[in-house]
Amino acid sequence: MAKPTRHATQADPTAQDWRHIVRLSKVDMTFGRVQALSQVDFEVGRNEIVGLVGDNGAGKSTLIKIVSGVLRPTAGKVWVRDRPIDLDDYSVRMAHELRIETVHQGQSLGEKQPLWRNLFVGRQITGRFGFIDVKKEREVADHLLRQAIGFRGHGISADSTVRDLSGGERQGIAIARAMYFQADLIVLDEPTTALAVSEVRKVLNFVEGVKAGGRACIYIEHNLAHVHEVADRLVLLDRGKVAVEFAKGEISLADLTNQMIALHEGHGRAPG
Amino acid sequence: MPPAESVRKWFLQVEGLPIVAVLLILVIAFMIAAPEVFLGYRIYMSFLATVPPLLVLAVALTLVIAAGEIDLSFPSVIALAGWVLGYFIHDLGLPWIGFVLALVSGALVGYVNGILIARVGIPSIIATLATQFLWGGLTTVLSQGLSYSLGDVDQFLLWRLLVGRIGPFPVQALWALAVAAALWLVLNRRRFGEHLLFIGDNARVAEVVGVNVKREKIRMFVLMGVMAAFASVLLTLENKNFFNTQGGGYLLEVMAAVFIGGTSVFGGKASVVGTVAGSFIIGMVEAGLVATGLQGFWVRAVVGIVFLAAVVGHLVIEEPERGRASLRILLGKLAPERKTPP
Repeated sequence: MAKPTRHATQADPTAQDWRHIVRLSKVDMTFGRVQALSQVDFEVGRNEIVGLVGDNGAGKSTLIKIVSGVLRPTAGKVWVRDRPIDLDDYSVRMAHELRIETVHQGQSLGEKQPLWRNLFVGRQITGRFGFIDVKKEREVADHLLRQAIGFRGHGISADSTVRDLSGGERQGIAIARAMYFQADLIVLDEPTTALAVSEVRKVLNFVEGVKAGGRACIYIEHNLAHVHEVADRLVLLDRGKVAVEFAKGEISLADLTNQMIALHEGHGRAPG
Repeated sequence: MPPAESVRKWFLQVEGLPIVAVLLILVIAFMIAAPEVFLGYRIYMSFLATVPPLLVLAVALTLVIAAGEIDLSFPSVIALAGWVLGYFIHDLGLPWIGFVLALVSGALVGYVNGILIARVGIPSIIATLATQFLWGGLTTVLSQGLSYSLGDVDQFLLWRLLVGRIGPFPVQALWALAVAAALWLVLNRRRFGEHLLFIGDNARVAEVVGVNVKREKIRMFVLMGVMAAFASVLLTLENKNFFNTQGGGYLLEVMAAVFIGGTSVFGGKASVVGTVAGSFIIGMVEAGLVATGLQGFWVRAVVGIVFLAAVVGHLVIEEPERGRASLRILLGKLAPERKTPP
């Protein structure tokens, strides 16, 4: 597994005395002339499921890409476990070391690669001379497939390639990867898109399992019913800003839906 | 599982087996067509002397194509590195320094390619086309269009170590196989190689799983440059000659060797073993056809046929559905009587 580097000490994953797994303050993100996020304050508690909702282009994916180390914000500050992060150093690898795992929207797996490579890419199990321990990676992958995901009797093994899998099975692999590395924060970017109904249920159960296991989750979802059901807190993004937040039970599904529609229609009116 | 399916599975499990089988069939065909040549050992020793530069280039390019990129500039590295080596041997009598600087020149060309592609963001096909002209032109200027005859280069230890003979056996074949083995390990057993496969598969996925895409691409082009320079050293020493267009014929042959070997043109999937077999196929066809009495004009046409057959063959074996569909289309187009009546 990846050696802990000096980064890991910045926000020691074994520390106990923290309230927020991740906190963002006044974060801006611009792509050329497009302001994807402006002055966003956002935090996730130790054992909190935060549902992130908003229209297409509201900045949800941008926000979680900052959390997961894929994008570097244009301005603002980030804390992990209440310790400030040096954003020049922050990367996907560092997020992994800090036990932040992300299942990205659509694809976070290499289609033509076997499952064992997909599970360990980025933090391969290596032997003494830096060679990948293929035997070990296969073993762990096979174990994971049988135990954690329950792919018994599907003819799926560690050597299967991702393109042999259904959408739900892919999502299962991506989530199992996050589980295996014992994330304290799991970020799910629209994990139920293109899933069959029975598979959606599995994902929701998984999110509830994250809560029961004492971990935290950021859950991005188009389907308001799903996110309303499992989230402890809902954060509504609108055009790169946090529009409003609701604690669990503060708003009914119907009101939430109306609020979203109202915001959406608001866009159509006079600008500014 | 039906027997045909299990045979297909087994055939796929061993890397490069289909194309190694094609190579063996070709050898047997030549043995039947020209027994007086292909049943002796000499012809094979000759292949082992001439194929290594092609093999080294093709194996290195396999990694580049695995990452979904291309390098068109290696023919100019063959020229540039060959000139550096030739200059240091011919004018200064310093073979070892020439050898090291030749490799350094290849690394520099690769580094410039890597920066242009990964940092500046120019597509590799354009960037390396441009640098192919640049370094090729520079070599012509540096050498003033002249060639170096290195007739007495075989007195140097460097020559004996790299391209000498053990009995009739050419040493460069061992170097080429060592390079192939090393790059097989790099691609299949090193983090770097795995990163290249993921980059070729889907660069966005590679990025979100924590691969430093830009850095790995730069390292890859440097590796390609060094390997092209090494191929150039083998070529220049074997020929005992440098001339400034010596890389010219390699571009298409090397690419053909890689694709015949079963490496995906779309990236993300590559076979070093296949490339080795592909290199020998390319290197053998010319001598084989001439020995069987066919005119030399046929060489390119036959290479083209083998190339096409191999690519369709890989498709049929690896993706039976798509492969069958493309076969149907090909055969349908070639057989007009199967057209549906109006």
